[in-house]
Formats: sequence, structure tokens, C-alpha cells
Amino acid sequence: MSNSALLKSSLAKKYWMSITGLFLILFLVGHLAGNIPLMFEINKDTAHGFNQYAKFMSENPLVQIVAWIVKIAIIFHAVDGVLLTMQNQKARPVKYKVENANANSSWFSRSMMPMGLLIFAFVTIHLVNFWAKMHYGDIPTYKMHGEEYTDLYTVVMKFFGKDDLAILWIAIYILGMVALSFHLIHGFASAFQSVGLRHKKYTPIIEKVGYAFAIIVPLIFALIPIVIHIRVNG
Amino acid sequence: MKLNLRIWRQDGPKDSGRFENYTAENVSPDESFLEMLDEVNEKLVAEGKDPVAFDHDCREGICGMCSMFINGEAHGPDRGVTTCQLHMRRFKDGDTITIEPWRAAAFPVIKDLVVDRTAFDRIIQAGGFVSVNTSGNTQDANSLPVPKADADKAFDAATCIGCGACVATCKNSSAMLFVSAKVSQLALLPQGKVERQERVLNMVEKMDEEGFGNCSNTGACEIECPKEISLDNIARMNREYLRASLSSEK
Repeated sequence: MSNSALLKSSLAKKYWMSITGLFLILFLVGHLAGNIPLMFEINKDTAHGFNQYAKFMSENPLVQIVAWIVKIAIIFHAVDGVLLTMQNQKARPVKYKVENANANSSWFSRSMMPMGLLIFAFVTIHLVNFWAKMHYGDIPTYKMHGEEYTDLYTVVMKFFGKDDLAILWIAIYILGMVALSFHLIHGFASAFQSVGLRHKKYTPIIEKVGYAFAIIVPLIFALIPIVIHIRVNG
Repeated sequence: MKLNLRIWRQDGPKDSGRFENYTAENVSPDESFLEMLDEVNEKLVAEGKDPVAFDHDCREGICGMCSMFINGEAHGPDRGVTTCQLHMRRFKDGDTITIEPWRAAAFPVIKDLVVDRTAFDRIIQAGGFVSVNTSGNTQDANSLPVPKADADKAFDAATCIGCGACVATCKNSSAMLFVSAKVSQLALLPQGKVERQERVLNMVEKMDEEGFGNCSNTGACEIECPKEISLDNIARMNREYLRASLSSEK
């Protein structure tokens, strides 16, 4: 392998950005699939089903390994992004006084860093809200078929439904998903270009799929707290 | 036409620079942008003032010297042209035109609108060549079979004139489009394939060393490039570099 070219060079930083980004896109799909049931009928079965899923996710050793990879990927993606941005700013110390950037590039492609920061802030809030509560918080438990379950379902319902700040939390979650959507509109297809995956036939398809993904996935995520709030209070 | 010009004046690399206002009168719509500036300068010289320094050479769009950021765009608002090919019919009577030099740490301003682009030369020196024997028994070019599609792609990449509009336009002052055009042009042809690994590693290393930024895939360079060099080249360079990084013994 050449002299740390795969760690230090400008292109290498983009490879890592791309690989971690694509991995986090896969994570989004899994995370969405696991949480969609929260939107449906509230009864004892769905509640227990969700708690079973939560128990599986926090106990299965394979899931634990993947969960750590996700956390490392998020930190790597963020740190790499900050390093890239710092280098990029150093590359143009004197800015243009008049710049018509909209003539040649999209706002989304130029806003990866600010959107990334918003997403990072959102992920931190989200982890404090649920992950920290699940692992370190005081959550009621119940027993079923001789096994103990943490009642995360009730915590989620209260949080988005009955909490004093429920509306504020929902607004923060919607904002987080808007930032994620804007980030993905450019990020999805860009990740392919960064590792050289560009093809006359396939790139237009990747771009279309990326655009659809960037809108549909964050939209469904954003609907979850809204639907919960309406169901709990309706 | 009468035009108001806001031109960046800077005495040297150390000077912080400022805008100065000028008026261009009796501008013909058929003039090129550089001819309009020539007239402004003639007037300044006649008044005993320091003319605006700007780079120019061939004035037919092939030398890449006329680096200017006009109204927020490299080489002005037209597509696929250099400043010398931009005509004044693109502007209206009474318009205010802002003219700035390329802005990048790797392209320091020499004076006014003239920047030092020798960083590009040093990147070429790092690997943008093929090592061939020129002892007199050079092989006939047609004896090496080259697929037509590859020849076309290599030719498209070779049309890069090294003007630096890609760097000037990129929000990160990245030189990826330039470097990738040179890497592609040679990697696609049999003569260049021999040194492809060393070439891409050395050129990228030099590019980073010169202080150019990274690629955010915004695509702005491709839009502003006077020779319409495609982002396909950057993707090809990304592949070349990945392959070389993994397999080169350097």
C-alpha cells in the first residue's frame, strides 16, 4: 500500500466520507424499519412487540457490534467532515465579494457542513432522549413468559404524546429530519462519485433513487412523532 | 453602451487590495470583454494613471490566460467560453460589472487581476507526462491500436487549457477537475498506462501540497469550465487513485 495515501490524502478523506456515509444510509433503513410499528394501532400486542424489538436490539451481541460500528461511523464521518471543511476554508483565505454560486451548483451541495452539524446536534439529542434512558435511565419494567422487559414503548408514547414539551420535541425532530433530507439530497449520489462509481447508464438512476430516498425516508421518520402525538391525544 | 466597472486593484501579493470604480464609455456590443478593458486601460494611461493589470495572450480561447471572475462567475456569465470570447452584447447599458481575480491560496495575486498559476505547472511536473525515448526512432503513432471511444475520451480530457476556472469556481478552491483531466488523458491511452499508478499518486500528492481544497462534488467546475471538461474525469481519477493506493509499492 502506498505511503498512507489511504489515510491522509484529499481523495482518501473523501473515500472515508463516502464509505461511512453509505453505511449510515443503510443504518437509516434498518432504523426506520424497526420504528415504523410505532405509528400503528396502540394495543398490548404492538406495545410488547416493540419492547421485544428494543430488548433484542440492546442485548443481541451481533447487534451490539453493529451498534458500535454505527457510532464509530457517525464520529468518523463528522470528524472527517470537519477536517475537510477546515482544509477547504484554508484553500480560499480571501473570499469573493460577489459570488453567483447558484448559477453553477445547488444550495444542497454547498450546505453539507451546516446540515451535518444540525444532524449531529439532532443525533445527540435523540440519543439522550431514548438511548441514554434505555441504558442508564429509570424505565419501568414488566415480566412476560418469565422474561423481563423494559417498557420503552410507554416512554416513547409519553415523550411525544403527554410530555409538557412534546410539541417542542416534535418540532426538533422535524427540523432534524429536514436537515437529514437536505444532507442526503446531495450526499446520496455524491458518495458514489467520491469512490469513482460513475456510469453513463447507472448514475442517472442512482441520482433519482438518492433523491427519492432523501425525501421519503426522513419524511416517514418525521411522521412517527406526529402520528404518535395525534394517536395518544386523539 | 456605458458601463460601471468595479475592478479589484491590488498592488502585490502582500497588499490587501480594494475595489476601484471606473466608467467604460462608448462600449460596442461587438467588442470582447478584453477589448473593453483595453479601452479602459488606454484611457488610464492617457491620464497618467496605473492601468489595470490582467492576463491575456491568444485571445481566441485556447491559451487559458484571461483569468477573471466577472459578476460572481469565472469568465463571466456565458458557458463554454473564456473571458476573451465573452462579448459585451451580454451586458446592458448602465450595468455595473464587478471584476475580481481568481481567489485561492494556491493562486496568489501578483497584481490586480493577475494570479500566479504555476502551482498547476508543478502538478504537471509531478507526473503529467509520459516518459518516452526521443532518440529519433520514435514509433509511428498509428501502430498502437487505441479504441475510438478511449481516444475520444482522452481527447476531451486533453482539451483542458489549465485556465484555473475550476479552482476559481469551486467553493473549496479544489483543483480536482484540472488534475483529473490530465490523469485521464494519459491513463486512457496505451502510452500513458505504463506510469499510471505513480502518476496519479504523485499528482494528487502535489495537488494537496500546493494547498488546493477537496472535492465536494458540487459540479460547479464542470459548469464553468470553458472546455466543458466532465466530472467523469474526477470519477476516473478517484478510481485510478484507489487502485494505485492499494497496489502500488511506492
